[in-house]
Amino acid sequence: MKQIVDSVMDWVEVRMPVSKLYKEHMADYYAPKNFNFWYYFGSLALFVLVNQLLTGIWLTMYYTPSGGEAFNSIEYIMRDVEYGWLLRYLHSTGATAFFVVIYLHMFRGMMYGSYKSPRELVWLFGMGIYGVLMGEAFFGYLLPWGQMSYWGAQVILSLVGAVPIVGDDIALWVRGDYVISGVTLNRFFALHVVALPIVLLGLIAMHLFALHEVGSSNPDGVEIKEKKDSEGIPLDGIPFHPYYTVKDIMGVVVFLIVFCAVVFFFPSGGGLILEGPNFEPSNALKTPEHIAPVWYFTPYYSVLRAVPNKLGGVIAMGGAIAFLFVLPWLDRSPVKSIRYKGWMSKFALTAFVVSFLILGYLGTQAPTPGKTLAAQIFTIIYFLFFILMPFYTTMEKTKPVPERVTG
Amino acid sequence: MNNEGVNQDRRWFLIGSTAAVGAVGAAAAAVPFVKAWNPSAKAKAAGAPIKIDISKLSPGERVIAEWRSKPIWVVRRTEQSLADLPKLNDSLRDPKSEMDQQPVYAQNPNRSIKDEYVVLIGLCTHLGCSPTYRPELGAEDLGGDSWLGGFFCPCHGSKFDLAGRVFQGVPAPYNLEVPPHFYEDENTIVIGLEGEAA
Repeated sequence: MKQIVDSVMDWVEVRMPVSKLYKEHMADYYAPKNFNFWYYFGSLALFVLVNQLLTGIWLTMYYTPSGGEAFNSIEYIMRDVEYGWLLRYLHSTGATAFFVVIYLHMFRGMMYGSYKSPRELVWLFGMGIYGVLMGEAFFGYLLPWGQMSYWGAQVILSLVGAVPIVGDDIALWVRGDYVISGVTLNRFFALHVVALPIVLLGLIAMHLFALHEVGSSNPDGVEIKEKKDSEGIPLDGIPFHPYYTVKDIMGVVVFLIVFCAVVFFFPSGGGLILEGPNFEPSNALKTPEHIAPVWYFTPYYSVLRAVPNKLGGVIAMGGAIAFLFVLPWLDRSPVKSIRYKGWMSKFALTAFVVSFLILGYLGTQAPTPGKTLAAQIFTIIYFLFFILMPFYTTMEKTKPVPERVTG
Repeated sequence: MNNEGVNQDRRWFLIGSTAAVGAVGAAAAAVPFVKAWNPSAKAKAAGAPIKIDISKLSPGERVIAEWRSKPIWVVRRTEQSLADLPKLNDSLRDPKSEMDQQPVYAQNPNRSIKDEYVVLIGLCTHLGCSPTYRPELGAEDLGGDSWLGGFFCPCHGSKFDLAGRVFQGVPAPYNLEVPPHFYEDENTIVIGLEGEAA
């Protein structure tokens, strides 16, 4: 039996280097031994992606992307299709989980300076993934064709109209109709289920390809490849498999406990995952009382609303995302990890996280003069984090980085 | 690769010209994909401009038409109403129509091309209900003597004057929208197009 298996393996190996690939990326891929809690979220993101693809494909089997039938087909999935409710809740909760995991993953990168040389491309591909993910979420949110789907898309597409001169024409081109209609729904469906997932998978492949070339950073920001033993294996490295595969499976188990608790007991997440008005079919003649995007967009929505001028708001919102892309070139610090940076970097990162969370909260609320002022203040703090970064990262006194990882 | 005896200039010219021709081809091939996103003939037909005959409209009356599934109002205002409009300026949010709620040719005190006829999209700028037409002077339920005719939204109580300008202290944030329109002839208004003579 073993002989047969071996000969089949050999036959494949000659034609395609499977075991070479396995060694390069799993068994002989050395990762720093000092990964902590924050290093779970990359693999969790992959896990959620699989959930989204699988449940998404199954939902496509029952969903009808037309203006007349979309809303009804969701109700059909929820009520008549066996386990349809579960597939749908896994998908909708999965979207929220995706952003939770990605935000924590990005925070890890910012905290430990994972974006710094030589990992700028890893960061850029990651930001590309984040951008596509926002597109996926936006297009996907129109598909249930409820009131919030409709009016949320209306508000966001009207932002395109803020572009001078050609704005209205672009908005018309994107909608394919004079108002958001079944035509818009159909093309958003195509983008959501075919176009963007392909781009997403490509970007993830490049993200991992670039990562495995330079190797993971770690909480100390020490390059483990600089200290190798006589066989060329990093002294502070351990093989990804079995060490981190086992650790990541443990992470998946804990994640699933939390995730399933939400899916089974709080599928609408108190209006954060599925918003109340979306249980009403879309109606072009009736705007809901209060339009708010889903929570993962609300920080940027706050930035948008904080600027009194419409075009200015759109530019600020774009800038809030664009600044993240250039982070590797704003951080001039000689050290990577927050552990060895000075108090200014620590203070700045804290201020950034606080402003991101508060902007996120404000974005879910109806605007009042007080809240608008708060949004303006925290928008300024948000931007100062990036604009001042080249200065405080060079001015501050950093601590000496150890030779080896500290465990 | 052996590059000896190769004419580099010619090679770069060939690479460059091939790339340029290829780029033109790619751009041409992109045309159908981009154009397919434009409104289809069906969508265009459904959103086509409409014509409203105003020959039978007497002063103080309103006609309603439908354009792109929105109610379009044409109100023929009386001499009295037009004279009353400036008196309301102090109690309005945007008396000079500074917000972008009308085409430039309707950005005037009467918010219209011809003084008498105002063309409005009949949807409240608050939450999109359709306000009711209340032309009667001094309506008791709308503030008595101070009411000089206008529109009242039954959903949340927003009030607009006879030029569609919103009053202060009501939920609606903006004046009623004026759609693009022009006069094809004396008695016909075309909604949905901007006339060159406008």
